[in-house]
Amino acid sequence: MSPSRTRFALLAPAMVILFFAAAGPLVIVLVYSFLIPGDYGGVVWDFSTDAWFGVVAERDFFTDQLSWADAHLSVFWRSIKLSLMTSVLSLVIGFPTAYFIATRPKGSRDVWMLLIMIPFWTNLLIRTFAIMELIRNEGTINTVLIAMGLVTQPIQMLYTEFSMLVGMTYVYLPLMILPIYASMERLDFSLVEAGYDLYATRWQVLRRVIFPLVKPGVVAGSILVFVPCLGAYVTPRVLGGGKQLMLGNLIELQFGQLRNWPLGAALSLTLLVIVMIALIFYVRAAGNEGNAHG
Amino acid sequence: MIEIDTVSKLFGAGDSAFRALDRVSVTIKENEFFTLLGPSGCGKTTLLRLIAGFEGPTSGKILLDGQDLADKPPYRRPVNTVFQSYALFPHMTVAENVGFGLTMLGKPKSEVAATVSEMLALVRMTNLADRKTSQISGGQQQRVALARALAPRPKVLLLDEPLSALDFKLRKEMQLELKRLQSETGITFVFVTHDQEEALTMSDRIAVMSGGTIRQIGGPREIYDQPSERFVADFIGDTNFLSAEMIARTGDSAQLRLGQGAEVTARAGQVDKTSGAVTLAIRPEHARLVALDAGQLTGTLDDIVYFGTDTHYHITLDGIGTRFVLRRQNSPDEMRPVQQGERVGIALASSAGQVLKD
Amino acid sequence: MAKSFDVRRQPGFTAIAMLCFVLLYLPILLLVAYSFNAGQSISQWEGLSLRWYASAWQNDQIQSATILSVTIAVTAAFLATSVAVLAALATTRVKPWRGQTVAFAMINQPLMVPEIVTAVSLLIFFAMIKVATGYTGLWYLIIAHTAFCIPFAYMPIRARLQGMNLSLEQAGADLYGTPVKVFRYITLPQLWPGILAGGMLSFVISLDDVVITEFVKSAGQDTLPTYMLGQLRRNITPEINAISTALLAISILMVTAMFFFSRTRK
Repeated sequence: MSPSRTRFALLAPAMVILFFAAAGPLVIVLVYSFLIPGDYGGVVWDFSTDAWFGVVAERDFFTDQLSWADAHLSVFWRSIKLSLMTSVLSLVIGFPTAYFIATRPKGSRDVWMLLIMIPFWTNLLIRTFAIMELIRNEGTINTVLIAMGLVTQPIQMLYTEFSMLVGMTYVYLPLMILPIYASMERLDFSLVEAGYDLYATRWQVLRRVIFPLVKPGVVAGSILVFVPCLGAYVTPRVLGGGKQLMLGNLIELQFGQLRNWPLGAALSLTLLVIVMIALIFYVRAAGNEGNAHG
Repeated sequence: MIEIDTVSKLFGAGDSAFRALDRVSVTIKENEFFTLLGPSGCGKTTLLRLIAGFEGPTSGKILLDGQDLADKPPYRRPVNTVFQSYALFPHMTVAENVGFGLTMLGKPKSEVAATVSEMLALVRMTNLADRKTSQISGGQQQRVALARALAPRPKVLLLDEPLSALDFKLRKEMQLELKRLQSETGITFVFVTHDQEEALTMSDRIAVMSGGTIRQIGGPREIYDQPSERFVADFIGDTNFLSAEMIARTGDSAQLRLGQGAEVTARAGQVDKTSGAVTLAIRPEHARLVALDAGQLTGTLDDIVYFGTDTHYHITLDGIGTRFVLRRQNSPDEMRPVQQGERVGIALASSAGQVLKD
Repeated sequence: MAKSFDVRRQPGFTAIAMLCFVLLYLPILLLVAYSFNAGQSISQWEGLSLRWYASAWQNDQIQSATILSVTIAVTAAFLATSVAVLAALATTRVKPWRGQTVAFAMINQPLMVPEIVTAVSLLIFFAMIKVATGYTGLWYLIIAHTAFCIPFAYMPIRARLQGMNLSLEQAGADLYGTPVKVFRYITLPQLWPGILAGGMLSFVISLDDVVITEFVKSAGQDTLPTYMLGQLRRNITPEINAISTALLAISILMVTAMFFFSRTRK
């Protein structure tokens, strides 16, 4: 067999599975986004752009007037806002943590990183549950606060944007630490010494020397946190309790209770496009990093 | 003036601790080109890092112009470093690198710009001011590192083997350049190297270090001509070591009897003995090849090695068996040709030898 | 004596890092602790007991969900690892070829596309097939899991393959080994740690999946995670904590094993 035929034969099984259970169905989603919803779920095979209009606009049932779909826009806004806030919070915690690990002796760095990786590889649902059990009205935090006499009524933390922010930061934090640590580990500390030698204080060394040098890692980490936040489904469902929807929950709603599959398809593709834009930024950042070190 | 007062530095703790510096005391004078010379692991770089403030001494004091530096972080010390790896900031241009120190000191932009162009002119790098540091050659990076460290006008410039990454020709050029910069700026240079030739050509004074201690301090000529002990004599230049018996001593002059019976005078140096067995050091160029009975030593010529400017003669001494190396400048008026295997005499220049401490 | 200057220190960073580790582990540790609670509560300690483990063990729904989870995870991990080995052989240590980018994009696609989008697309696609064929069995879930496990299986195998010396195989071929024999006796034994890592990673990923399973499953096909998600609307008892702890134990065991495995073999 020729090399290219061998290669084709070796790749075929993986490609077939990925085509039928990952990439291919996306095309069907695109088709569905241009159809009309069926009465009991599913679709009617008639071309329509209503679903795409429906992403951002709505038609008044009686007057037929178009207006902004405030319900959708507020979900978009919440998704983007919470994703950004999660990225920032993860950065604030993750950057010093990555720095701490990168400045440990070589042998123990792996062990510290393992401690970061273990929660990451454990079930996302379970980690979300753990947060929920902590911040419920009957949860550990409120129980402790009441027992100490600091509050008389439990503080409502669950089912708020706060709980979603905490939860998403908790589950996606390792994605921030990983790339920052990777940049930080390669950092030449004689540059830091040079900074101190040239009269830069600790803060100036951090801002003018360390931060610019690990910036590619920071950009990568921010996008790696931002992207899954945007498409998050489990964490907002458990911690937002169906009251504070994010994009993932809005999409699910179209396929469940609201039975508007074309709108759900259009929303999914909108999400996909936003994520792809973010990923292009990521590839650019990663590319720049390659150049800077090559 | 830098006073280093019984400074010790231990790395690690307990029994496994490594003593990088052991009670080192030295005073480096104003406007001096001072070199710390020694093999790798001798503590020279550690001493430099202590002065810069990247490490703290385990015990002892370091004073700059009479002021204790112990509580001062590196960014409060009027001391700048030229790093072995140059440590140029890759995210800044050449000019931004050179201006970094002054910017951090809060100098106004106009002053920074003026000093930067002055410094770049000093190291002849003006035309590359806007390049990124990754876009210039190793020799140019070296100059930028120098300009960057000189720009804030430090009292002391520390140089950590700055020439070791350069090729031979460039290194020679930079040696002269460094010497010129030192005399032009009048800044005290503390220079770390393991290259004895570099140390001899550039320094006002040299401290030879080994095993965390300073073995000898002196001018290049003193270090070369009057090594105090075997390590110094061996590390700097080539040396023949001969066992001898001290039979008389008056001041710096010692009368010695060599193994083959001949008597010679030599400098007693810092040796406080007046009699007994001693070791005599003789530089290869301080001996001449003579007729068999015309010198103080005799031996068999084993090897003749031609080096271009000079020739080395390897001789096994009669009776003792010690190898003696003799160096002779090559010249057009060739002396009587000698053959390998021939027996020859060796004449030692008067008072050329140095008695070594044990 | 004054404390000497430490160039690696940044004020407050160590404190934040320590806080980070505490925050990462405290919720999990509490969750584990309350799985051993004797009482009904998941926030008030009433004594040590294994009653919730016993009750979970005897719960029919949990039993069937466990069997389903393991069945899917084992099958998907096996399939994903098998096809990933072949794909890695075709794409590693070879000259760049046309279509390479497409192949990489396909393999990594499940990592890039948000899970909810994949879940929705599979819901639509499998619904069409269900209508056309009438088949409502387990294979929808298995194929879906296999697909998103492929990149996780592929990565460690490819990394292992890249680190391998091509001259060993050339030596094998030089000593009259046919391609199949060279693969069997030279490539495969060296590739084994990568395959094992890929398989374990796939198993963990499949076992943990919620979103895609939730959208693709037919009636009565609950895995452990979707069962737990379904329990949310009810009153939560430490039984959920007991299942979580068991799942956590499996994940931690596998990740730690992989860590030491990759460390000693390097």
